[in-house]
Amino acid sequence: MAGPELAVQEVEATLSGRRVTNDLSIQVATVNGSGSQTANLVLLRAIFYMGIPVSGKNLFPSNIAGLPTWFTIRASRHGYIGRKKEIDVLVALNPETAREDVLELEPGAAVVFDEPLRLDSLRTDLVFYPVPFDKLIAPCCPDAKLRRLVRNMIYDGVLAKLLGIEIDQVERALAKQLAKKPKALALNQGALRTGYDFAGDHLPKRDPFVLERMEKTAGMVLVEGNAAAAIGSMMAGVTVVTWYPITPSSSLCEALAGYMRKYRMDDATGRATFAIVQAEDELSALGMAIGAGWAGARSMTATSGPGVSLMAEFAGLGYWAEIPVVVFDIQRAGPSTGLPTRTSQGDILSTAFLSHGDTKHLMLLPSSPGEIYAMAIEAFDLAERFQTPVFVMSDLDLGMNTWMSDPFPYPASAPDRGKVLDEETLKRIGEWGRYKDVDGDGVPYRTIPGGTMPAYFCRGSGHNERAQYSERPHDYEGMLDRLARKFETARQAVPKPEVIEDPGSEVCLIGYGTSHWAVTESRDQLRQERGLKTSYLRLRAYPFAPEVAAFVARHQRVYVVEQNRDAQMGSLLKLDLPADEVRKLRFVRHYNGLPIDARTITEEVLFQEGLLSKSRDRGEEIPAAPGRGRED
Amino acid sequence: MDETTTGPAPGRKVNRIGLEMQAYRGGKSTLCAGCGHNAISERITEAFFEMGVDGRRVVKLSGIGCSSKSPAYFLGGAHGFNAVHGRMPSVATGAVVANKSLLAIGVSGDGDTGAIGIGQFVHLMRRNVPMIYVVENNGCYGLTKGQLSPTADVGSTLKNGVVNDLPAVDLCALAIELGASFVARSFSGDKKQVLSLLKAAISHQGTVMLDIISPCVTFNDHEGSTKSYSYVKDHDEPLGEISFVPFFDDIAVDYEPGTVQTVQLHDGSKVYLRKLELDYDPTDRVGARRVLAEAARRGEFATGLIYVEPERPDFVALLNLVDEPLATMPPDSVRPPRSALDAIIDSLR
Repeated sequence: MAGPELAVQEVEATLSGRRVTNDLSIQVATVNGSGSQTANLVLLRAIFYMGIPVSGKNLFPSNIAGLPTWFTIRASRHGYIGRKKEIDVLVALNPETAREDVLELEPGAAVVFDEPLRLDSLRTDLVFYPVPFDKLIAPCCPDAKLRRLVRNMIYDGVLAKLLGIEIDQVERALAKQLAKKPKALALNQGALRTGYDFAGDHLPKRDPFVLERMEKTAGMVLVEGNAAAAIGSMMAGVTVVTWYPITPSSSLCEALAGYMRKYRMDDATGRATFAIVQAEDELSALGMAIGAGWAGARSMTATSGPGVSLMAEFAGLGYWAEIPVVVFDIQRAGPSTGLPTRTSQGDILSTAFLSHGDTKHLMLLPSSPGEIYAMAIEAFDLAERFQTPVFVMSDLDLGMNTWMSDPFPYPASAPDRGKVLDEETLKRIGEWGRYKDVDGDGVPYRTIPGGTMPAYFCRGSGHNERAQYSERPHDYEGMLDRLARKFETARQAVPKPEVIEDPGSEVCLIGYGTSHWAVTESRDQLRQERGLKTSYLRLRAYPFAPEVAAFVARHQRVYVVEQNRDAQMGSLLKLDLPADEVRKLRFVRHYNGLPIDARTITEEVLFQEGLLSKSRDRGEEIPAAPGRGRED
Repeated sequence: MDETTTGPAPGRKVNRIGLEMQAYRGGKSTLCAGCGHNAISERITEAFFEMGVDGRRVVKLSGIGCSSKSPAYFLGGAHGFNAVHGRMPSVATGAVVANKSLLAIGVSGDGDTGAIGIGQFVHLMRRNVPMIYVVENNGCYGLTKGQLSPTADVGSTLKNGVVNDLPAVDLCALAIELGASFVARSFSGDKKQVLSLLKAAISHQGTVMLDIISPCVTFNDHEGSTKSYSYVKDHDEPLGEISFVPFFDDIAVDYEPGTVQTVQLHDGSKVYLRKLELDYDPTDRVGARRVLAEAARRGEFATGLIYVEPERPDFVALLNLVDEPLATMPPDSVRPPRSALDAIIDSLR
């Protein structure tokens, strides 16, 4: 592009009086199945390559092709990677949603749109960039059938030019994305250049948003949470994986299958050191995993809400018969089928007590790919140490979206197989009973079928310490009490919460999982915009470590932030905390299927603090949750 | 059973691994006196004894119901798993995948298999999971006091006069259709046939579906029931007289050529069928279905080895696993080296 034109653009941008550097969100609105995913990920990766903290969120329909889909990319020099409500740059390619998408924008936003949609007549307070996609794509993609898939790369070129994304980084990202498809790569490179040149020649910059190189992503990787969970499971030494396809968990097992075929084949024989079985349903998936766990394998399954519901019966068996197994729940929006492609933290309460009777389970609460990698490894250790199902509570946002992450560390310690009876232990303890609490921690010794140690009869029915059938009140009560004791032992062993104390703050927030990123940003907003200092505790596991109650005790008002309607984690806290402390709890709930954003938290906290007369941005009335409001 | 025996007392009968029958017995049955299930438990005890199987490599599994209580009554030294109603197949599948050196025997009932568990049963057969799956079939729910099950025949009545007007599920026909590689039917009172089938089952590699009509003496052994002792005795139509010869035995067989069908199992054992029905060939899938359909039309039970396909690869074989059981692999062979993690991290940059 020629020098004088660059000068003109710079003048125009400066004229607007505002220049926003490395702080913007781009939303690309397309039709599902149109191949926009490649273009979006290339954009994301190019910004990442420029060293700018970036996150991507795919809002897609439960559909193969034809329904609207939105991809949001957020670049933040502050490192905020939660969802941002406001869209700064819209790419409008979907005729069905374009009008609405444009009308929802804040004044000052920029709109790159497909010229025939004529969106520029809708508003006068936006910056419009018409791009004739069809006209541009024809010369660079002679095969008309392929044009639909390649034309999206044009907006990558346009945005690169308009926003200052380094074109060689876009090309590098594209080459990585299509490394195995040279023909597609060439076509996409052409489209990218076409868009870039078109913007240079015809679209003088009139919006304030620019991206400039930083050094904040050095050494990091881009990865989806499900892939991270898969890598962690493989490093944990999982040997039996059973699953039934369900969005948004399928990609976990599929990624795992890919990695295992590459890294877990025996070198000498070329045979597998693992089994991956696609079951007929989720009942069977957990049944198989439990059968394998009983037989001594490190076993796992992955699922989402409807699958968790089906697994309830086996989850109770796993708890009662004390069988190690790891279950990944990639939560999506329920109840029932709900919104299969939207995120939620809605399975917390039902999973904590999944199954009938006095059942309760260990849950781990990962907030990032790095953490779900580490927790996957830890989950297998905990499952075997406590001989019980362990649920890793991920969600669609973490599982299916692309996140920046530090590289995963190699596991520091060997797998902990827990209390498996051997000759030495047998000598030490004298008489062995499968369900006997020898060490006073509620955790008995188990034996493995096929081994040389004594056999026992594993059963879901009532049993005594020697695993014999029993309906005796004393045996039953004793078994329940020991399981409760075991749960208390686990309370000390599960991951500790992460605590950030702002000394002197009366107000604190409690969050977990993917809400963490919005909470972190909201705390900055509260402090910077309103001078409200807050402490923060991020839960990392259930049962709650003793640090949780101590943290609550140090503060006056405790805001529990989560992505469900019923304040589910808040309910678990109510059950756990002393009555005096329960009164401190207040609830910030977000449940529209989209990932939670910082602004929602900030406004709700301010509202409940009496610092905001009415909640600004609230479209609809939110029914009160128990305990919500200043009066509490 | 847990410890190696120091040698049998003189004069006591021992099997080829030096164990007495006692080592194969289980706990005392809590089922009704005269229940067909108890006879089956005895045959299982005898079969494992006679075949000289080490109980430590056996796992016995079940679902829920009267039948599913019975694994406690045989092979006391083996690990057992009493799972949830209708879901034993998945637990068994997971166990044999985890440790392919295990010999799994599952005991289920007609409700546990044909009603609540039909989904898992179907996929167990389809996968040809290496295990022995015994259905103790009495056409009723005993433990909940006698409701109709899906294998009850049309027109059969309960004690309280309720008449079944839905067609029965023929579990053997279903198993053959789905791909089970060893399908047999017998009657709990037929000691010789049940024992022969069980011994052959132990030698078979793949799913053995063994449907054993086992009358419920309390709720379904009256006139009007088609699964009562008297009804079954009158309507039992053996396909052939079965004799099973394990690979380690060298017994001369006196069957006359031309009337005997021999089936060789994967480990070299042989099943001999003395033919009572002309041209019956248990390796003919279509013929097997026809025999079942024709017997059903006549209100009879075709018993014996109905279908066998020794060469069909079982589910675990299809997984292409290393020799060492997955469950006992040492940690360093299931955790990839640092270089593998480095390569993965590089691919994510």
